[in-house]
Amino acid sequence: MLLASLVLLPFLGSVLAALMPQDARNRESWLAIGVAVGGLAIAAALFPQVAAGEVVRAEFAWLPAEGLDFVLRVDGLAWVFSMLVLAIGLLVVLYARYYMSPEDPVPRFFAFLLAFMGSMLGVVLSGNLVQLVVFWELTSLTSFLLIGYWHHRADARRGARMAFTVTATGGLCLMAGVLVLGHIVGSYDLDVVLAAGDQIRDHELYLPALVLVALGALTKSAQFPFHFWLPHAMAAPTPVSSYLHSATMVKAGVFLLVRLWPALAGTPEWTWIIGGAGVCTLLIGAFVAIFQHDLKGLLAYSTISHLGLITVLIGIGTPLAIVAAIFHILNHATFKASLFMAAGIIDHETGTRDLRVLRGLRHKLPITATLAIVASAAMAGVPLLNGFLSKEMFFAETLHVGGDRNWWMSYAAVAMGMFSVAYSLRFISVFFGTPAQGLPRDPHEPPRWMRFPVELLVLACLVVGVAPGVSIEPLLHLAVVATLGEDAPAYDLAVWHGFNLPLLMSVCALVGGMLLYGVLRRHFDLARRERVPLLHRLNGAQAYETTMLQLTRGAEWLLRRVGTRRLQPQLMLMMLALLLIPLLLAGAPPAWTVIPVRGFDPIFAGMWLIGAGCALAAAWMAKYHRLAALALVGGTGIVTAATFLWLSAPDLALTQLMVETVTTVLILLGLRWLPPRIESIAGPVQPPWQVWTRRTRDLALAVGGGLALAALTHAVLVHPASDTIADFFLLNALGGGGGSNVVNVLLVDFRSFDTLGEITVLAVVALTVYALLRRFRPAPESAGIPPQQRFEGDPASRQSPAEQAGSGYLLVPGIYLRLLLPFMGVIAVYFFMRGHNLPGGGFVAGLIFAVAILVQYMLAGTVWVESRLNLRPHRWLGFGLLLACTTGLGAWWFGHPFLTTHTAHVEWPLVGELHLPSAFVFDLGVFAVVVGTTMLMLVALAHQSLRAHRHPGEDLTADGQGGAEGRRI
Amino acid sequence: MTTATLLSAATLFALACVVLAMLLCTLRLMIGPSAQDRVLALDTLWMCVMVLALLLGIRHGSQIYFEAALIIALLGFVSTIALAKFLMRGEVIE
Repeated sequence: MLLASLVLLPFLGSVLAALMPQDARNRESWLAIGVAVGGLAIAAALFPQVAAGEVVRAEFAWLPAEGLDFVLRVDGLAWVFSMLVLAIGLLVVLYARYYMSPEDPVPRFFAFLLAFMGSMLGVVLSGNLVQLVVFWELTSLTSFLLIGYWHHRADARRGARMAFTVTATGGLCLMAGVLVLGHIVGSYDLDVVLAAGDQIRDHELYLPALVLVALGALTKSAQFPFHFWLPHAMAAPTPVSSYLHSATMVKAGVFLLVRLWPALAGTPEWTWIIGGAGVCTLLIGAFVAIFQHDLKGLLAYSTISHLGLITVLIGIGTPLAIVAAIFHILNHATFKASLFMAAGIIDHETGTRDLRVLRGLRHKLPITATLAIVASAAMAGVPLLNGFLSKEMFFAETLHVGGDRNWWMSYAAVAMGMFSVAYSLRFISVFFGTPAQGLPRDPHEPPRWMRFPVELLVLACLVVGVAPGVSIEPLLHLAVVATLGEDAPAYDLAVWHGFNLPLLMSVCALVGGMLLYGVLRRHFDLARRERVPLLHRLNGAQAYETTMLQLTRGAEWLLRRVGTRRLQPQLMLMMLALLLIPLLLAGAPPAWTVIPVRGFDPIFAGMWLIGAGCALAAAWMAKYHRLAALALVGGTGIVTAATFLWLSAPDLALTQLMVETVTTVLILLGLRWLPPRIESIAGPVQPPWQVWTRRTRDLALAVGGGLALAALTHAVLVHPASDTIADFFLLNALGGGGGSNVVNVLLVDFRSFDTLGEITVLAVVALTVYALLRRFRPAPESAGIPPQQRFEGDPASRQSPAEQAGSGYLLVPGIYLRLLLPFMGVIAVYFFMRGHNLPGGGFVAGLIFAVAILVQYMLAGTVWVESRLNLRPHRWLGFGLLLACTTGLGAWWFGHPFLTTHTAHVEWPLVGELHLPSAFVFDLGVFAVVVGTTMLMLVALAHQSLRAHRHPGEDLTADGQGGAEGRRI
Repeated sequence: MTTATLLSAATLFALACVVLAMLLCTLRLMIGPSAQDRVLALDTLWMCVMVLALLLGIRHGSQIYFEAALIIALLGFVSTIALAKFLMRGEVIE
C-alpha cells in the first residue's frame, strides 16, 4: 500500500494542481513540494527493507484473465532511481517557483510536472514489463506537453512534436520488444524475466527482442541516430530541461538497459548494438556541443554525449562497467541539473542565452558564477569532483575492454574527454572577460531560494568528489547489488588510485581539451562559426522532417490511388469482394440441392410479389421522382411488416411499423432540403455506349449479389437446425430472466450489455446529427419558402401553422389529433409495461411516444408545440443512458456482475402482486433514449424550416400567446 | 361442414380478397399518375394490412394480432398525414 501511494501521490497532486486558479504560483509550489517531500518520506520508510536486500512487491489484479498484474517492486536500483527522481524533482519545483513568470499559467505547468514525476516513478517501480511500457509512454506524453508548454511559440510546438514522435515510436518498438520477451519467457513479470537470462539469450527470437528493446531505450535516451530531438526539446521551460531532459526522463532509456542487463546482456550483439550507438553518440554529441551558440543547446549536446558514455559502459557490459554506468547516471544528474538551472538563471537575469553575447557575468553574478564553474568542472572531469571519478572508471573500462585489438576505444574515450573539457570551457567563458554591454536586461543575483537548488547540487558534486566512500558508496552498492546480484564486483571509489593509465588519460583529456579550446578560439573563430565543421551534414532533424514529409506524401499517394470519394466504385469493390472471397475460400460454389416446395401459399406469395414489385419500382423511380420512390418504399415496408405478422412475429411487426412511420417522416423532412431537378440540363436521349456498358456491368453485379444472398439464405434454410442458442434462450427466458417474452428478455437481460452499447451508439448518432444540423446551410435553390406556400390564392399562405390547425384547413385533423395524443400516450405506457412478458418493450414504446409528439409538430408547427411542451431531447438521452448504466451498476452493489437482473415481487395495495425486475428500469432507460434520439433528430431537421424562414426582426411568437420564442432544442 | 372449417374457409377467402386489394393498391402506387393517387394508395395499403392482422388473429386465435391492428389503426395514418402535408405545404413540419 505504501508502495502504491508512492506512485499515486504525484498523480493525485497533478489533479489538484490542475484545479487551482491561474495565479496561484505559491500554492502550486507548496503543493508540488509537499508531494515531493511526501514521496521522499515514503521512499525513506522503505529504505530499511531495501537496505536489507529485500525486494518489496505490491501486486494488484489488472487483467487476471491475461495473466497480467499491476506489480510495483522496489529493489536497490529502483529505490536509488526513485530517490533521484524525487530529490531532483523537489529542487526543480523550488527552482520553478522563481523561474516561472507571473503571466505563465502555472496550474498547467505543475500539473504536467507532477504527472511526469508519477509516470517516471511508475517506470522505475514497475514490476511488470507491459505496465512499464504504459508508464514509459506516459513520460513521453508528459514530456510532449511540457516541451510544448509555451504553445504560442512555433519552436516549442515543433520541438514537442519531434520529441513525441521519436520517443513514442521508440515506445511502440519497446512494446513489441516486451511482447517478444514475454513470448520467450512466458511471463511479463520482471523478476521472472530477469531470472530467465539464459533462456532468452539462447532463443531464436533473441535478436528481434534485443533490437526492439534497444530501439525503445536508444530513442528515449537520445542516442545516435535518434539524438536530434533532445536539442529541439530545449524550447521547454528550463526547469523542464533540467528535470526531464537531463536528470530523469532521458535516463529512462539507460535505466531500462541496466534493468534488463541480466536478461539481455552478455552477447556480441548486445555489445555491438548498444556499445556502437553509444560510441557514435558520445563523440558526435561532445564534438557538436563545442560549436553551439545557445547555452542550453550546448548543455543538450553535452547531455547527449554523457548519455552516450553511459550507453557505452552498458554496452561493454562487464559488471564493473555497469557499476560505472550507474555511478555516472547519478553524477550526471547532479551536475547537469545544476548546470541547466544555472543556465536558466543566466537566461532569467540577462534575457539571453546566446554565448556570443554573454561575457563577464562573474562581476554581476559572482555566486552563480562560482557554482556554475564548479559544476562545469565536474562535467569536464576535474579531480576532486564527482564527474572525475566516474569518468576515470570509464577510461579504465575502455582500456580493459579494448586491450590490444580495440585500441580505438580508448582513443575515442580520450577524444570525448578532450571535447568535454573544451565545451565546459566554452560554457564558463560567459563568466569571464569584460562585462557585456547591451544585454536585454541588467543582471543581478537571483532570489535566495532560486539559487538554493543549484547550491545544494554543487555541494553534492563536491562531497561525492572528495569523499565518495562515505557519501555515495552505500547507495551505489544497493543499486549494484540489485542489478548484478552475485556478480557484484569489488570496486574502490577512492579519489587516488596512484599513477596509472586512466589517470594519464584524464590528464591528457584535460590538457588536450584546454589546448583544443584555445586553438579553436584563436584560429577557428569559434564565436562566429555558423555551422558545425565536418558534421554539419549529419542533420538528424532534417532527416526527421524529410521522413515526415515522405510519410505524408506516401499517405496522400495511397489515398489518391486507393481511396475514392465516389460511392459507386466503393460499392462495386465491396460487392465484388463479397462475391469473390467466399468463392475463393470455398473453391467452388456449393452444389445446388433442390428442396421440395412445401406448403406453397398463393396468398403469401402474392404479398411478396407486392413487396418485390414495390422495391423494384422504387429503385426505378428513385432518380427523378423522389416522392413516388418514397411511397413505394413505404409499400415494401408494409409488406415486410405483414410478413412478420404472417409468420407470427408480432413483435417485429410492431417495431417495423413504427420504424416505417418514423422513417417516412424523416425522409420527408430531408426531402424538403434537396435541390430540385433542373430539367434543362437533362442529358442526351441516347446515352453513349460507355454508359450502357457500365450500367450492364452494375446490373450483372447487383443480380449476382442478390442471387448470392438468396443462395446463402437457402443454404441456411436447408442446413438442418442443430442445437442453437435460441433453445437456450427459450428455455431460460422465464426461469432466468423472469419474463415470457423471449425477445425482450434477450434485449434487456441476457444481452443487455449489447443493448447498452446500442443505445449509446444511438445517442452518439443523435448528438452528431444534431451538431451537424446546427451548422447546416441549405443549397440556395432550396433555401426559400416552398412554392406551395407562396401561392397567394391559398388562404393558408397567410396563416401561421397554429392558425391553420386552429381554424384553417387543418381544423378537423387538428381536433382529433389533439384528442388522440393522450390515447397514444396510454398505448405507449401499455406496450412498455407489459413488454417483459408479451410483445412490446422500451424500444417500441419509445417509438410510439415519439410519433405521438411528432404528429403534434406536423399539425401545428414547431413554435406552437414548443411553446406548450417543454421537451428537451438532450435530457431524455442523458437520463436514459444514466438510468441504464445505474441499473447495471446497481448489480455491483449486491456483488453481482455488471447488469445482472434482479426480479422483485412486490405486493401492492389495489394493484395486487407486481412483478418488478430491475431489467424493467433498464428498459425505461432504453425507452428514454429512443424517445430522445428520435425527437432530437427529427426536430433538429424541422427547425431548419424555422431558421430558413426567419428574417431579421421578425416576431416569432406563434399566435400571440405570450413570448414563446422558438426555443432552441 | 363444422364451424371451425367454415371459419377457416371464410378467413382464407377474406385473406385472398385482402391480398387482391393490396395488389390493386400497389398497381395504383406504381402508375400514379398523380402524387395524391400514390399517397391514397399507400394509405389504403396500411388499411389492408390492418385487416390482414385482424384476419390472422381470427385464424390463429390470438389477441396479439388485434393489438397490432390497434397500433396500425392508431398510428398508420401518420405517414399519410406527413405525405399530404408535404404535398400541400412543401414541408412536413413548419
